[in-house]
Amino acid sequence: MLPVNEKLRVEEILKDLEHYVPKRKGWTWRKKLPEGTKVDGFYYDEISEPLKNSVGLPASHYFDNIDPQPDPVITSEIASGRFEDDVRRMRMAAWHGADHIMVIRTLGQSHIDGLIEGTPEGIGGIPITRKQLRATRKALDIIEEEVGRPINFHSYVSGVAGPEIAVLFAEEGVNGAHQDPQYNILYRGINPLRSFVDAAVAKKIMASVDMLQIDGAHNANASAKRAWKVMPELLVQHAINCVFSVKAGMKKDLISLSTVPPVVSPAPEFKLNFIYALTVRELFKEYRFRAQMNTRYIESDLVDATRIHVLDTLISRLTKADIQSTITPDEGRNVPWHVNSIRGVETAKHTLVALDGIKDLLKVNEEVVRPSIRELKMRAILMMEEILEVGGYFEAAEKGFFVDNGLYPERNGDGIARPKDGGIGAGTVIPRDADYFAPVCEHFGYNRIPEGLSSPDEPIGGCTLHDRAKIKYIDELDESDNVNLRITQQLEDREKGLISPEVEWWGDGWVQLDMTIPDDPEHSEAAAIEIAKRMGFTDASVISKTILHPVEGTYLELKARVPFKIERDSLQLPQKPDLLSEEEITAFIDEHPMRVVAGTVGNDEHSVGIREILDIKHGGIEKFGFKYTYLGTSIPPEKFIDAAIETGADAILVSTIITHNEVHVDNMTKIAQLAVEKGVRDKVIIISGGTQITNDLAVSCGMDAGFGRGTKGINVASFLVKKKRDLLR
Amino acid sequence: MSIQRSDDFEKRSVHLKNLTDEELDRRFWELADKIVEPLIDLAKANTSPSIERSVLLRMGLDSSQAGSIVTKAVEHGLLGKGAGNIVLTYAKMNSLTLEKAVEELAVGKGWEALVSNFRGGDRNAAR
Repeated sequence: MLPVNEKLRVEEILKDLEHYVPKRKGWTWRKKLPEGTKVDGFYYDEISEPLKNSVGLPASHYFDNIDPQPDPVITSEIASGRFEDDVRRMRMAAWHGADHIMVIRTLGQSHIDGLIEGTPEGIGGIPITRKQLRATRKALDIIEEEVGRPINFHSYVSGVAGPEIAVLFAEEGVNGAHQDPQYNILYRGINPLRSFVDAAVAKKIMASVDMLQIDGAHNANASAKRAWKVMPELLVQHAINCVFSVKAGMKKDLISLSTVPPVVSPAPEFKLNFIYALTVRELFKEYRFRAQMNTRYIESDLVDATRIHVLDTLISRLTKADIQSTITPDEGRNVPWHVNSIRGVETAKHTLVALDGIKDLLKVNEEVVRPSIRELKMRAILMMEEILEVGGYFEAAEKGFFVDNGLYPERNGDGIARPKDGGIGAGTVIPRDADYFAPVCEHFGYNRIPEGLSSPDEPIGGCTLHDRAKIKYIDELDESDNVNLRITQQLEDREKGLISPEVEWWGDGWVQLDMTIPDDPEHSEAAAIEIAKRMGFTDASVISKTILHPVEGTYLELKARVPFKIERDSLQLPQKPDLLSEEEITAFIDEHPMRVVAGTVGNDEHSVGIREILDIKHGGIEKFGFKYTYLGTSIPPEKFIDAAIETGADAILVSTIITHNEVHVDNMTKIAQLAVEKGVRDKVIIISGGTQITNDLAVSCGMDAGFGRGTKGINVASFLVKKKRDLLR
Repeated sequence: MSIQRSDDFEKRSVHLKNLTDEELDRRFWELADKIVEPLIDLAKANTSPSIERSVLLRMGLDSSQAGSIVTKAVEHGLLGKGAGNIVLTYAKMNSLTLEKAVEELAVGKGWEALVSNFRGGDRNAAR
């Protein structure tokens, strides 16, 4: 197993790929735990088996670092154009709880009539090739072992090379794929006949290895100008692909509908989205559901995208989702960055866990929803009736029935019209002759198997799905565009120990800056770019703007490049606190009782932090036997010294906030001076603490030590004991 | 081509109004079945260059060999026989190994002989 503190080395993954065999084929669902499973004192109804290694939600440290995994599979779409960097992000996503990695294909691959080989760089996606699939699967096999849960690898069986891509996926251990001939026709302009003929063969191959299928109906939602008007049509599109898939040999529980809540706020979204979600789940109850996030309305605002996704996930929990997709909140700005892939997964995990058991708490008001559900179903039925009336699917597609912005039977006349004899690949569908023969198994359609054969692939001694040794592996075809060239920089940087920031690719140098400029949007944007330039960044551009007020202020986010690298070995790391054990501290205090005086200094009423350091309830120093006198809040410096002398304290604990005008520096310095003046400085230990205090800052103000954010009682106790030992020597 | 029409749902749905929920669902699936049936029949009876390349891949050809052979099969009007069938027939006709047959066909050898061999076979009967 890859040690958790070691990087995933792409050069190791590329080694001996020619002989790599994927660990398994077929789709894997999460293993659901029984309702009422107890995790750290909480009872959960909708969680699955935990991970071996993971990163919990930000607040998990308040809950003993538990990381309950919700029961739906969680998707992360990762495809930056360079798979060698994507595999590192896949590892990040898996640690946060993604177990379905979806790889979008490079721009234009669906129009390539055949397979691509090697590892060329992609645009907005990955050129899907045997080598890229095999390398990614190999990396995922390593990652899934590390997190302790199977990871489903997914891409797209669409375009004019569908059957070949399906074979490639079946051979290389791809576990799920989008496949929907309607997607090809409507959005890729591929010939309708070719799309359906190819689809049946592709689906049968997918079914033979238990690959999960996701359909493409949700694209109507993303394409229509008024997405909430296409709801009846979505039901029709789902039905056509579902029935076609079953007839081509797929099992219903491996057919997943891709469904999206159609609208967002400021529309009254739940009145539409919830009804729609109920309707589609009721009609398609024998099938699976992949709940997709709404991308239709995502602007460049990350927080807005996150709000949308939380509410989308609420719909999933209120109805049903077998797979919860995530969309990176930065999809409206750029090809997604590492951190935003992780944020997407966190948003889904957070919301799903938060809503654990919600369906038992609430009841759907049948009286209100039923008439609307019936109406939607009827509208879909009416559409299908008319499809048959005009002569069938091809005639309807030709007459622009689909992606029309009217709520069927209303027609807006703006649907996407696709003639049966037009589009890419028109005229390439050829009738199978009576003596047509394909010497392979799992082949959909007419196949005249010569007499005397027990299986169609007997003449070739078994096809590649049964005899892996037959698969022909092509390594690279393009000497100027391949992974070996691209990773030279990475290998060199790693060897030299050079660090630069990155958002998607190794050391790409991009960083994000944010700032608020007190001006109108135009001046603010120009100012922000100028500021980034003067800070030494290059290639600065604004990626998002929020108007706080038309003239009072604009909030901007920029991306810019750092034109240098840092030597890792030259970095000075803050020393980790050398903690004593609880027993050692308690034993010492038993023998040498210690007393402290404590309070917040100056004009500071924040007592939470210091109380946590003192009180036994919060694991404070009292727990180890320290006695303390709590002086209260906003205590003047003099009073700390007087109280210490009065009570015979061994130490003074000063809590302080950081102030704009350096009052905290004055206060600390004053306490240290007073201790000297009163002749107690060498007898009394003086330490300060606060969320923004550092040891260096405190020491520079005459303190013995300083403690910042995250300090616990044991940190302070350890220091006090060690210092007291020194004083006793 | 595309028409404009205002929402006539009330009028159009009169025949559905009295159906129970179960009857509505059944009707929905019956119609879906009717729409899909001819699409499946079409797929059963036809093939395409991608389908035939996928067959060749599964026989152990690489993507470039599969591409060449299918292109030539289309040019010679033989795709309806099945690309795998073509390769097997050619190997048998000339007592070649599968690999050798693929090699020759991919570079354009033997196609005329194949055309004569298949002549006489029923065309399009699968329709």
